[in-house]
Amino acid sequence: MNTNTANSGSKKTQSGRSARFSLADWMPKIVLAPTMIIAIVCIYGYMIWSAVLSFTNSRMLPSYKFVGWDQYERLFNNDRWMVALTNLGIFGSLFILICLFLGIMLAIFLDQKIRAEGALRTIYLYPMAISFIVTGTAWKWLLNPTNGIQKLMIDMGFENFKFDWLTNPDMVVYCLVIAAVWQASGFVMALFLAGLRGVDGDLIKAAHLDGASTFTTYRRIILPSLKPVFFSALVILSHIAIKSFDLVQALTNGGPGYASDLPANFMYTYTFTRSQIGMGSASAMVMLGCILAILVPYLYSELRGEKNEK
Amino acid sequence: MKKIALGLSTVALALAAANSQAGEVEVLHWWTSGSEATAINVLKQEMEDAGDTWKDFAVAGGGGESAMTVLKSRAIAGNPPAAAQIKGPTIQEWGDLGFLANIDDVAKAGHWDQILPPVVSNVMKYDGHYVAAPVNVHRVNWLWANPDVFRKAGASIPTTWDQFFVAADKIKKAGFIPLAHGGQAWQDATLFEAIALSEGTDFYKAAFIDLKDDALKGPKMIDALTTFKKMRQYVDPGFSGRDWNVATSLVINGKAAMQVMGDWAKGEFTSAGKKPGIDYICVPAPGTSGQYTFNIDSLAMFQVDGKDTQKAQKDLARLILEPKFQETFNLAKGSIPVRLGMPRDKFDTCADSSMDAFNAASASGDLLPSMAHGMAVNSMVQGAMFDVITNFFNTESMTPEQAADKLARAVKASM
Amino acid sequence: MKNNPVARKTSGVSKVLRIALYTVLLAMAFFYLMPLVIMLITSLKDSEEVRNGTLLSLPAYLHFDSWTKAWSGACTGSTCTGISPYFLNSFKIVIPAVAISTLLGAINGYVISLWKFRGSDLFFAALLLGCFIPFQVVLLPMAQTLGWLGIASSTTGLVFVHVVYGVAFTTLFFRNFYQSIPGELVKAARLDGAGFFTIFYRIILPVSTPIIVVTVIWQFTQIWNDFLFGVAFSGFDSQPVTVALNNLVNTSFGGKEYNVDMAAAIIAALPTIVVYVLAGKYFVRGLTAGAVKG
Repeated sequence: MNTNTANSGSKKTQSGRSARFSLADWMPKIVLAPTMIIAIVCIYGYMIWSAVLSFTNSRMLPSYKFVGWDQYERLFNNDRWMVALTNLGIFGSLFILICLFLGIMLAIFLDQKIRAEGALRTIYLYPMAISFIVTGTAWKWLLNPTNGIQKLMIDMGFENFKFDWLTNPDMVVYCLVIAAVWQASGFVMALFLAGLRGVDGDLIKAAHLDGASTFTTYRRIILPSLKPVFFSALVILSHIAIKSFDLVQALTNGGPGYASDLPANFMYTYTFTRSQIGMGSASAMVMLGCILAILVPYLYSELRGEKNEK
Repeated sequence: MKKIALGLSTVALALAAANSQAGEVEVLHWWTSGSEATAINVLKQEMEDAGDTWKDFAVAGGGGESAMTVLKSRAIAGNPPAAAQIKGPTIQEWGDLGFLANIDDVAKAGHWDQILPPVVSNVMKYDGHYVAAPVNVHRVNWLWANPDVFRKAGASIPTTWDQFFVAADKIKKAGFIPLAHGGQAWQDATLFEAIALSEGTDFYKAAFIDLKDDALKGPKMIDALTTFKKMRQYVDPGFSGRDWNVATSLVINGKAAMQVMGDWAKGEFTSAGKKPGIDYICVPAPGTSGQYTFNIDSLAMFQVDGKDTQKAQKDLARLILEPKFQETFNLAKGSIPVRLGMPRDKFDTCADSSMDAFNAASASGDLLPSMAHGMAVNSMVQGAMFDVITNFFNTESMTPEQAADKLARAVKASM
Repeated sequence: MKNNPVARKTSGVSKVLRIALYTVLLAMAFFYLMPLVIMLITSLKDSEEVRNGTLLSLPAYLHFDSWTKAWSGACTGSTCTGISPYFLNSFKIVIPAVAISTLLGAINGYVISLWKFRGSDLFFAALLLGCFIPFQVVLLPMAQTLGWLGIASSTTGLVFVHVVYGVAFTTLFFRNFYQSIPGELVKAARLDGAGFFTIFYRIILPVSTPIIVVTVIWQFTQIWNDFLFGVAFSGFDSQPVTVALNNLVNTSFGGKEYNVDMAAAIIAALPTIVVYVLAGKYFVRGLTAGAVKG
């Protein structure tokens, strides 16, 4: 990573320069100001506000009667919330693993001087372009046992073919995984393909001269050098997993029962239809906690990494 | 940034000024199925005849879930729509927050106290003042049946749940779907509510209105849950997440034999050109012939600025209770008018029997608010019940005893 | 790119491998295409065929009726305008929101990587965290803010919301890209007397094309596909196309018209599909140029 920056500028101006330069010195801060205000108010302000609400008994609209940790206690006594959290665990880990696997595999395959690479790449990538509000309808259809894949196979003569995950409470979460992988794995492919194209060619040549096989070259030399890509992909994927909302809304609406609920949907339902803003906020805080647990190590290594390079 | 904000607020002011010139009402609703849309068009037309502009704000989906989000966001932003489709105890909740407009003068001029049954007018009032206009009365505990399918299967229309299962077995054997059902929480609750109702009015009241703990986990509840779970064998595998009107169309098309659903289902039969008594049969849900669970649709009036808007809002409230609208709307939607003493000649046999049942149940004390449709309890308790009911229906391993226990605990936790 | 690890051997083994490779790639292409193909086939059938045929059976002949109906005739509630007016709304929201958030992101990235000051790294970290806030949390306070600014239930309000929650991502993209620009370049320009904006305009912007493409594509799809903000903050006349589509799909008149639903869905997705197909190449290229080096 090249991080030789012009950060020495500010030090120079402190020792007294012309007025033009001191304006230039202020310029960066002025320019950042709008974004800063936005971040402070619309991100951190709202977060703190939600945190405060999670300690109140707010119902239909916010109120400020404080009840301590009650809402958190109720939250973790709530069966539906536990289902949502468990689902996030299953969904999140499977989704991330499969996407990474497929993404890396497809990227490596596409990197083998494939004919029609452009077309294939576009095909793999396009699901990311479409909202689940759009494709949810098609997926719902495909996965529905009475008119989807199951019916298709039975019509084709496979009488005993069974694919009813969408209506099976124990399996429905895997439907979410299928649909989500379909949507995001192409994007992971694009990230890794970009990474592969950025790998130094001399390195590979040297490995080949040493007699390393293609497989070894990938495993020992190329993939390790893609660590940053790996990391970006991981962060983006966990971000998608935790925020998954449209997916559930369009595909299952949490059903059957509430077997396919995810935390984002739980929070939405409780805050907006159940008039339990207090509990909804508490669940949002737990979600934020999960996100921080993933993100803080990433940020830490990112910023520390830079210092080391200086 | 400031400049942008200033510019934006000028634009907004200009827009607001433009808005207040015409007498416009923005109506937020989720009446989006075929029959519902036909019904709402009637109102729109009448408003336009009265010289007002109707701004249709339909937000479809899932029993108004999205619509409620919109309403909350609009209310918090300080510009609620002039009228919104909310009902039952929720009207009281909005009233508590001080958002609703007093329409006593319209009510007085229209003699609402005289023309509305007290059970209806009580729901429309907050703190003794009218804040909402009732549109119709739905009966929820109906069984819709396709006689053709019954004939082919050699079954007869059931009047008790025991008979229901006998008939359902025959129908299943004949290769039809016995029960058309959609696996959405509110539909599960609608079915369950009808079964629980057959356990008796006193039980229904204790469990779903007074929320008594011993009723919620008592033997009658367990009995009802057992019957309810049995239904799972008589729905088709594709029921999950299906909309109610798609389920109704299964009965219409002769793929399924029965559906337990409120009389909005009749609207779908009507718009498909089917005749009651010939193409389809409406009977009270098994074991509940003397009872009547009601669901009243209403438009609550929100406090709005601007004289013209307020005038249009009052026009809307007035028109809703006019006999002409009550007739055309309810003919399309399948429900019965809220107004007492309406001429019945245009209504079909189903509506006719619904009106009789309403009066009879009202006299005998068997007129009950529907839990599944938010008439009996507030959204928190309702939600807690939905969770348990729908989860029980879809979880094979859960026993009725466990479910009853869960129900009692969930209700307690949500209060 | 020339140094591809697969040497051009023509032995039998590698031929078999090659065939296996293509088989896997094509199978995956089928998996990715399936939903779209089914949507397309269904949209071209008439309702009779939809009811009787299977998912993959081809239409007997092509019906474009459902497309015209989805575009301009389908009803939601008492309005029967199809999704065309909402399609326009989406453009009214997307174009300004993408332009503003990209510009802000570019300048922010420029400052954070090339004009560092005390706290700018911290600011960046804080902003990055902001990308991850669950959007459901902000609905209520944002509604209040929009009301207070006087832009609730308008497309302007939606533009504002999308800029606010998009700028974190755009900043991230530009910052990562500008990290690779040597600081000496800026230092030298400053010694020559060039100011803050001159450097940005003359030196930085001309090399930013790849990352601008990535950012614009990303933002365009994100905002176009947004449903949550669209439904919560729009008025009856400013709903974006995703909300209209959801309304349309959930509306049915005695039996579902799947063909119209599917046609509407494809129409709603067309702009983003077109963007990806036309600019997909630049997207990968832009990612290569730096966005993935985070």
